[in-house]
Amino acid sequence: MTPVIDIRDVWKTYDLGETQVHALRGVSLQILPNEYVAIMGPSGSGKSTLMNMLGCLDTPTSGHYEFRGQNVAEMSDNELARVRNKELGFVFQSFNLLARSTTLRNVELPLIYAGLSPEDRHEKALKACEQVGLGNRWKHRPNELSGGQRQRVAIARALVNNPSLILADEPTGNLDSRTGEEIMALFEDLHRLGNTIVIVTHEDDIAAHAHRKLRLFDGQIVEDTLTDKGQAHKSKSR
Amino acid sequence: MKYALRELIRFRFELYESFRIAIEQVMQHKTRAALTALGVMIGVLAVTLMGTAVGGIDKGFNDSLALFGKDVFYVGRWPWADVGSDWRYYRRRPRFDFDDAQRINQIIAQTPDSVLEMAVSRDDRYRTVRFEKNSIEGTRIVGTSSTYPLVSPMELDEGRFFSEHEDASGTRVVVLGYDVAEVLFPSVSPIGKNVVIHNQPFEVVGILARQGSFMGMFSMDEVVVVPQKASPSARWDHRDVDIMIKMREGADKNAAYSEIEGAVRRVRGLMPEADNDFEINRTELIEAQLGPVKQGVTVAGLFITGLSLFVGAIGIMNITFVAVRERTKEIGTRRAIGAPRRAILTQFLVEAVFICLIGGAVGLGFSYILQELGKNIMPMFPLVFSWKLMLIAVCASVATGILSGFAPALAASRLDPAEALRHD
Repeated sequence: MTPVIDIRDVWKTYDLGETQVHALRGVSLQILPNEYVAIMGPSGSGKSTLMNMLGCLDTPTSGHYEFRGQNVAEMSDNELARVRNKELGFVFQSFNLLARSTTLRNVELPLIYAGLSPEDRHEKALKACEQVGLGNRWKHRPNELSGGQRQRVAIARALVNNPSLILADEPTGNLDSRTGEEIMALFEDLHRLGNTIVIVTHEDDIAAHAHRKLRLFDGQIVEDTLTDKGQAHKSKSR
Repeated sequence: MKYALRELIRFRFELYESFRIAIEQVMQHKTRAALTALGVMIGVLAVTLMGTAVGGIDKGFNDSLALFGKDVFYVGRWPWADVGSDWRYYRRRPRFDFDDAQRINQIIAQTPDSVLEMAVSRDDRYRTVRFEKNSIEGTRIVGTSSTYPLVSPMELDEGRFFSEHEDASGTRVVVLGYDVAEVLFPSVSPIGKNVVIHNQPFEVVGILARQGSFMGMFSMDEVVVVPQKASPSARWDHRDVDIMIKMREGADKNAAYSEIEGAVRRVRGLMPEADNDFEINRTELIEAQLGPVKQGVTVAGLFITGLSLFVGAIGIMNITFVAVRERTKEIGTRRAIGAPRRAILTQFLVEAVFICLIGGAVGLGFSYILQELGKNIMPMFPLVFSWKLMLIAVCASVATGILSGFAPALAASRLDPAEALRHD
């Protein structure tokens, strides 16, 4: 099985004039299809850098990165945009929705850059809305929706292109705990449907929803374990 | 090939999206958009008004050329130019008389292969014209012969021009200019009525059709035409007569000029070594005088246009930079979900162009209203508003938008997506 993510000895160095900051120092990581991974770590641990790397928003200074067998490290800016558009779905802490646009239009947005016709966009976006439980809310604007509903719009937008990897950066960070649980339940559903999910978080109880937990410290992976759920899942599938 | 086609379709959707965003943004920041568009609006207003004015001058000039009659030379003491301090010299030149036209006609008749057709004499007086209680002071009284319509084209609104017989006998008949007839006879037909010119009764035989005029100059609407022997000037010794000479259609102007020169010199009895003591004026001379006026309007218009478009462009550049700053996070989000750099560049360029187009459209609207008002206030000045001007206005707006939006749009497209996402 081709891994979705295959990173080997990746370094990311920021050149700040006099000093050099090593945000990632020799990270290696494989993520297989339908894995559910949580990335944890304190601020400054290189968590965001790794996240940007996985999301093809950034390329490594050195090392090897293959996304579903495609060499990302050597891609041009346009090729990276294409990969993000086709293979990746982003979910952000602050939702990052277009404030003046309806749910449907927000969800459609990736499909515009994919070059789909308005009819196809409409159909796919409606399906994605349904999938996240927003069925009848596709005419609403973000300011007419609750926080949980907004995050559902963002998740629908991430799903609409049928991506190989859903990348969520603190997806519950702006939500109260009950709504957060609802969103995590939605991620679990998506995982069960076969999606590959990576969640970046600093909360243990959120990470506990995932099946595999990575801990980052000082630019290196210091822990890579199965969570309780992961253990249970593994024993069940055996 | 297939790839290029798919890219084109993609770009089309991106373009739609960009226009949609542009409309949303303008609706959201109405005041900002209006203030930004002001510079472009003034620029387009200036360029269209300038074009309208130049077009008007051209049209007015061509119209008045028609009033002068094509292929007509005007022989007289004075040149059609500013003589400055030389006026004493011209004033000392001997005058022409009514008979001189007849003599020139005889010479034309004797010349084999003459390129000239006919000479007609004409002189002007300014006198009061009255009918019952209505009168016009200082009306231009043109004394001429019955052949005048052959040289100076004119249409009659009513009645007829005076006949050869009336001309020869000096019968007191008159053809009224359109405006003169309007003022003197507001309610009744003037034909057959007697008007009083300089205390003499004249029977109205005809009315000229409306000719219009060019900025109040050269109009035949405000004159009356009488046989020269009946003119008030006929009994004056120092009348100052012009001789209009028409050349044959299609003849060479220079040949006509030299033939006229020879004929007039013969009439004047000039020795071969003597200088001309007369002037042969042509309509080209007026055109030459009009040139600098047109040029002045054009230069002033272009200057104002350029300046306001420049100021407008700076405003739009500034506001687009602000928009890019404000919406950095949105740019990051769009990049993250797969917008290529080109899409971001297009988006902000389209926004800038859109604002310019609004400014251009409003400017065009204003200039249309202004020229409609102008038509009512100054009916004498023909204004010409054309599709060409609209096209120029639209092009100027789009060009301003692209030039001013390019730097900020490029900056937006070059933002690092990861950093843009972190922006608040």
